Amino acid sequence: MEQTQKMELQVLAARIRYDVLDMLKHRGYGHLGGSLSLVETMAVLYGKQMHIDPKHPDMEDRDMLVLSKGHAGPVWYSALAEAGYFDKEWLYTLNDGGTNLPSHPDRTKTPGVDMTTGSLGQGTSSAAGIALGQKLRKEDRYTYLIVGDGELNEGQCWEAFQFIAAHRINNCIVLIDENKRQLDGYTKDILDPFSIPDKMKAFGFHTQVVKGDDIQAIDEAIECAKSIKDQAVCIVLDTIKGQGVPYFEQMVSNHSVKFNNEKTIQAANQAMEQLQAFIAGKEQ
Amino acid sequence: MFTVRENRNDLGKDLCVVVADSIIDSMKENDKVIALEADLGGASKSTRIKEAFPERYVQCGIAEANMMGIAAGLSVKGFIPFVHTFAPFTTRRALDQLYLSGAYAKNTINIYGSDPGFTVAANGGTHTSFEDMAILRAIPEVTIVDAADDTQLEWIVKTFATMEGIHYFRANRKPVRNVYEKGSTFTFGKGNILKKGDDVLIITCGQLVSDALDCQETLAKEGIHCELIDMFTIKPLDTALILSEIEGKKALVTFENHSVIGGLGSAVAEVLSDHNVHIPMKRIGVQDRFGQVGTADYLQKAFGLTAQDLAQAIRSLL
Repeated sequence: MEQTQKMELQVLAARIRYDVLDMLKHRGYGHLGGSLSLVETMAVLYGKQMHIDPKHPDMEDRDMLVLSKGHAGPVWYSALAEAGYFDKEWLYTLNDGGTNLPSHPDRTKTPGVDMTTGSLGQGTSSAAGIALGQKLRKEDRYTYLIVGDGELNEGQCWEAFQFIAAHRINNCIVLIDENKRQLDGYTKDILDPFSIPDKMKAFGFHTQVVKGDDIQAIDEAIECAKSIKDQAVCIVLDTIKGQGVPYFEQMVSNHSVKFNNEKTIQAANQAMEQLQAFIAGKEQ
Repeated sequence: MFTVRENRNDLGKDLCVVVADSIIDSMKENDKVIALEADLGGASKSTRIKEAFPERYVQCGIAEANMMGIAAGLSVKGFIPFVHTFAPFTTRRALDQLYLSGAYAKNTINIYGSDPGFTVAANGGTHTSFEDMAILRAIPEVTIVDAADDTQLEWIVKTFATMEGIHYFRANRKPVRNVYEKGSTFTFGKGNILKKGDDVLIITCGQLVSDALDCQETLAKEGIHCELIDMFTIKPLDTALILSEIEGKKALVTFENHSVIGGLGSAVAEVLSDHNVHIPMKRIGVQDRFGQVGTADYLQKAFGLTAQDLAQAIRSLL
């Protein structure tokens, strides 16, 4: 990746992270931890990899994304707003009655959202169906499936993975956000997943592990996945729940965060100031 | 337009073959029609689809919830999916997927729930679905139909293949007695008046339509004149027809191969309640019981769903 492009994607990631903090602070609560762990991945997808046209969200042969861990809606909305699907002011309407941005993604409400998710595990199957549909229509396009590591508790994920691997649906790029925490605590304490990469390999996937905050590594892994022609593909993103903001990374329970106390609001404000300074510095 | 056959004693084709062949015909018309199977291709004869259109036959293995989700994803890409498994597995096992990835997300999925109610026969209580319609009735915008015979089923499948939305059709896999003349057509959401009569209104659906016709004839000889409606669409329900045909009747009986809780009988009772209609009514169906194993004939008797059971219920109301 060229340095200029890398810098652009870093700035985009900073903007997305800023937007997530801004919208959730404005709302006063929300799914912060699992949104922040996906910031860099969203930047790579919407800043470089995806074949899309934000001005024409229904473009016939677009790439599609299924956010199976639907509670991370805020990071998707931030990425879509930054990509130009809708006005950034919409972000302040999160969870308002009648909003176009509900807590969990809804394909009937939000431009750029192609599949409804929220009941965990279900996006894995629908992404498999979308990718199969792309193949049957002979479209040379991709479906990006983002799954949470906690979400892998759901048996449906493994039904879908078997299907994707057995049918060699290699245009469904499975991205597992291994941020190592779920609502009730660490994944290893709730229901030990053991080695997720080993499991995916055993299921027949070409599996890569990358640092989920490393824009270049994520991009290279996606390029590599696209070059695999005879096997299902999976990228395990080694991330931190609350990624990019030390205060939230260290918060014991950061699945859903309430911005109802001075310390949390101050931490968010400080992080946002730093992100703004970073963006301003890069753009000079 | 439909015509009721004079001779109703001959059996039609295997209903699962009717479904498969109707899907194949729809595939010839529209290259977006696609079929998904969960390892019951031999049992449902959907392997015929695989032979005709191998590219558009998706084998999902024994994973019904995944199959429902894949169908939803295919719908996102503009396909018109048909999924099949036994009635309880389409509704109970894959319910959340049907609900969220399907109905809530406004996708299109055509669902064949086979061997509903007592037609489960040798597969027994574990495979019995007396509650499939009750479950689905509670989900907004879902169309639910119970096919009376092969002519109606063929029309249902071919018409669903041209429509958007979540469509559930339940039908035996085996042949059933013919009710309608070939070429009959129907309207979703409209009940079919098969017989006129002044005394009692019978509202029924599915393969029990034949038995209800038998009952109607038996009672006519006794001087009890029943009007008979094939309410093949349970949702959306033909409320207007119920309200118009109940006028002047002495009693109302619903007759279904399903639990009396939440099915056709419940739906009709809700109409009466909502419109302040007072009339003696009985719901003939499964009385809040689990299924069991046996031949279909044995089970039909065991659950009180024969023409004789219906006739006895009507006599007791008058």
